[in-house]
Amino acid sequence: MTGLGESLGRRGEDLLEALGETGYMLVVSLAAAVVLGLPLGMLVYLTRRGGTAPNRVVWWVGNLFINIVRSFPFLLLVVFLIPVTRLVYGTTFGTPAATFSLCFVAVAIYARLVEQILREINPGIPRVARTMGATLPQTIVRFLLPEAIPGLVYALTSATISLLSYSTVLGVVGGGGIGDFALRYGYQEYDYPLMYFTIAVILAVVLIVQSIGHRLSVRLDHR
Amino acid sequence: MPPTDDPITLSGVGVTYSGGARALVDIDLAVTSGEIFGVIGESGAGKSTLLSLLTAEVGATAGTVRVLGHDPAGLSRAALRGLRRRIGVVFQGVHLLANRTVRQNVALALDLRGPRGRVPASERRGAVDDMLGFVGLAGREDAYPSQLSGGQRQRVGIARALVARPDILLCDEPTSSLDATTTDGVLTLLREARDRFGTTVVVVTHDLTVVRRICDRVALFADGRLREILSVEPDAGFAEETYLDRARRELGA
Repeated sequence: MTGLGESLGRRGEDLLEALGETGYMLVVSLAAAVVLGLPLGMLVYLTRRGGTAPNRVVWWVGNLFINIVRSFPFLLLVVFLIPVTRLVYGTTFGTPAATFSLCFVAVAIYARLVEQILREINPGIPRVARTMGATLPQTIVRFLLPEAIPGLVYALTSATISLLSYSTVLGVVGGGGIGDFALRYGYQEYDYPLMYFTIAVILAVVLIVQSIGHRLSVRLDHR
Repeated sequence: MPPTDDPITLSGVGVTYSGGARALVDIDLAVTSGEIFGVIGESGAGKSTLLSLLTAEVGATAGTVRVLGHDPAGLSRAALRGLRRRIGVVFQGVHLLANRTVRQNVALALDLRGPRGRVPASERRGAVDDMLGFVGLAGREDAYPSQLSGGQRQRVGIARALVARPDILLCDEPTSSLDATTTDGVLTLLREARDRFGTTVVVVTHDLTVVRRICDRVALFADGRLREILSVEPDAGFAEETYLDRARRELGA
């Protein structure tokens, strides 16, 4: 393993920087998932036919957005969004600009997961809210979210892992990150030990995230 | 129709669903204040529709509905919420929030009141704990619903429905998932609720035992029509009977 030790000695700083970039991409896109994806998923759930606040137009637009973003092959979405990215950031290169397209995916993925979790809530719960005279905000805050919280936390774990996977291709637009590091210094320089080591680091991150999400969700779940 | 003090009056009420199915046809009835009124019939008789009519989840397509002096169909959304807060509902499946404690579940009914109706937190907690004592769940305030038995869960459901002191308590098959002894306890509780708070109680059920045990009057439904209203002599002695005594009596041993 002298080869790996040597590689790490030479690339250690780059590896840490790449991890930092990946961390940035995940934190920003997860924030987008919670701030925008959660309300979007809630909106689609509430406005569906037979829902608490049926509204065909709102449901159709929300659902369409989620479907379109989710059905885009990610790399093509990145390319597709280049003009918008330029408009927002003034550049299409670098970690923040690359994160922009990741945020779209994060919002769409999490919105769909949120909607599915809400659909699994006992339909008696929204009925109780209605017959108790709850307003729409009260129904959301006091009935639906408390029932859904363990599922929402667990879904955020799944989203994190998917986003980590998506983020690895953002090297194409200069996004950097751990995936780009593995390709650039491992694959392209034929330094396979370094590449495998990097993959092992990614694996470890996934396992840690999964385990934290699972434990947190179990602790919150009293069913 | 002349105005009355009856909490619930229906005159000539019909409900036809959009598919054309007639769930209720020409119903006339008045539930008087403080009585326990049973609604019985087989599946498809119109019991559920009647209940949904009283909670204003379904609107009448014919006739007049008056609940606590209002026609639910004619109310603004805010006024409808206000009316619903004066009606407690006990569901067959109870439907408690799984991730909230017993105390939090019961407190919900008080939490929903607007700023004007808001009760101070300490008073609210007192009211919730009193109600939990009334339903026989003192000491279980911090338990989660999954830690309770079916009968205890239904008691939480009753406490939640009663804590805001509603004028009407609607019960939808409140005991159909409970065993006989637990059923007796829940039925006794419903009668005590009426006796203590003066709440008008409507019990929708297919179980004749429920009617015999607690109802003052009972409406018989079949095929969406009200066939008859009978007066019932409540059977006062049942609560003392144990499961084994009851088995001996019913099995004739």
